[in-house]
Amino acid sequence: MKTLVTNPVLIKELKLRFRNMKSFTGILFYLIAMSVFVFGFIFLATSLTGNGFFRPDESFMLFSIMTYIQLGLILFITPALTAGTISSEREKQTLNILLTTSQTSFQIIFGKMTSSIAFLLLMIVSGLPIYSLVFLYGGVSPSQLFFIFLFYLLTLLAIASIGVMLSTLIRKTIVAIIATYGAMIFITGVTAFFLLISVQISQMGTAAPSMSPIAHFWATINPPAVMLTLLQPPMEEQLQSLTLVPIPLWIGYTIFYLILSAACILLAVKRLRVNMNKYK
Amino acid sequence: MIETIGLTKKYGSFYALQDLNLIVEDSTVFGFVGANGAGKSTTFSILATLLQPTAGDAFINGMSVTKNPQDVRRQIGYMPDFFGVYDQLKTDEYLDFYGASYGIKPKERAVLIPKLLELVNLEHKRYDYVDLLSRGMKQRLCLARALIHDPKILILDEPASGLDPRARVEMRDILRELKTMGKTILISSHILPELAEMCDSIGVIDNGKLIAQGSVHDIQAQLQSEKVLRVKVVGDTRSVIPFFEMDPFVSQIEEQQDKNIIQFFYRGTEEDQLRLLQQAIAQKLPILSFSEEETDLEDVFMAITKGVEIG
Repeated sequence: MKTLVTNPVLIKELKLRFRNMKSFTGILFYLIAMSVFVFGFIFLATSLTGNGFFRPDESFMLFSIMTYIQLGLILFITPALTAGTISSEREKQTLNILLTTSQTSFQIIFGKMTSSIAFLLLMIVSGLPIYSLVFLYGGVSPSQLFFIFLFYLLTLLAIASIGVMLSTLIRKTIVAIIATYGAMIFITGVTAFFLLISVQISQMGTAAPSMSPIAHFWATINPPAVMLTLLQPPMEEQLQSLTLVPIPLWIGYTIFYLILSAACILLAVKRLRVNMNKYK
Repeated sequence: MIETIGLTKKYGSFYALQDLNLIVEDSTVFGFVGANGAGKSTTFSILATLLQPTAGDAFINGMSVTKNPQDVRRQIGYMPDFFGVYDQLKTDEYLDFYGASYGIKPKERAVLIPKLLELVNLEHKRYDYVDLLSRGMKQRLCLARALIHDPKILILDEPASGLDPRARVEMRDILRELKTMGKTILISSHILPELAEMCDSIGVIDNGKLIAQGSVHDIQAQLQSEKVLRVKVVGDTRSVIPFFEMDPFVSQIEEQQDKNIIQFFYRGTEEDQLRLLQQAIAQKLPILSFSEEETDLEDVFMAITKGVEIG
């Protein structure tokens, strides 16, 4: 564990990232945007009702919107941060030197990926004080917030793994970034589309809904759908009534994305020294 | 010690490297000479565990680069021909990062880094950002980086390429110092005089094949069968050319009419050369001087890479 924490690539990447003005301005503008949204929402809600009162259900709605905004942030920023990790080293001609050091391929991939995840976590955690405003008005339990953050962490890990893998496999950073965004569009948009089609097909020609594990699978790997069931547990029951698969979505989501992350990291580690065909 | 046995790298039907057999003894400097694309960097990439050979194997201090790459990496300091540096990293941080990458403890790194910077004359640039250093400084910094884990073997791929004459001299001085420190150095260059004075032996590679190997002196001696003779005449050079053209050992006669000089390749022995001179005198040709041109390593390289296989 100590070796992982004192990973030279991780330390170097963090140093370089926080020495860069873009990182600070990125977080600053994110927090400003979030603050404007939250305070604007509260202001509008209290002004429109005219009684100066912010109800718990409104507070929950604010929480839900903020949660989706943060999910959007993860889906949007993670590819940009991770898809260039290895390919940019290759383009800058620093990778070969790195590969001749004593560091294993896993240490290099781990360091690169963790530094990107750490930055995104910082971004999310820095928004926590604004997030916690919803607790002032009730409607959201701390455990709900905790599970949402675990969900973020898993999603981050999965997207970062895909980004790092594509960055290792694809030589050019720009192509790797496009490919990672393509993967994002698939897991958010295409899976939702397939979910709708699968549900429709399963209901065709029958009065009562029939069992549809395929529809359940598409819902399971779709982050916005799983997020919805975490925010609104009754939605889980509704979805299960359509697919007739009695497994909570978050279980499938966790298993699927943990396996996907492990597979992507393994492939990246294996292909880092592509000309050696070994991952020593 | 570095040893390659039948080392081959093939891309499709193209041989980047073909059956390379090489031995570099401990504490010696071996110069690897060849034109661009001859196979020098391919060899170095294999030795640096960056490239898997198609056939054969290479050994660094007895360890196979294909079977024990992780152990080999600890033994070598590798400097590629082209390399980049990280933006926004200072010189000492750059070395510190690579020191950590070799598992050197922070306390040891703190002692090592100033010493290495002093060795490569960069102590005054310790707190400067690496991307702002000049090309020559970056090359020296890269050499310091290759030395951070005190490797016994240095694999330097054209360390002086792209440097101005002053930076070349500085780099050569550092390499000389490393030689006195007992390092085994494998160094490549396509500029031969650069290597001649510091190498114990050289290997000439052309089209992926090692075509000559030995000491600089030996390789030059191997070429003595084709020396260049230079004749200065009084008056018109055309008056003597027919005489030399008739000699079976003479080829490729060139004239420098403005200087009244002709020069040509001569394949005969010293006795043949004496006979040629005696005949010229007997025929009272207007010859002022008759001398043998000194061949330097550049000439050797040009002659060898023309297709003559030696040794």
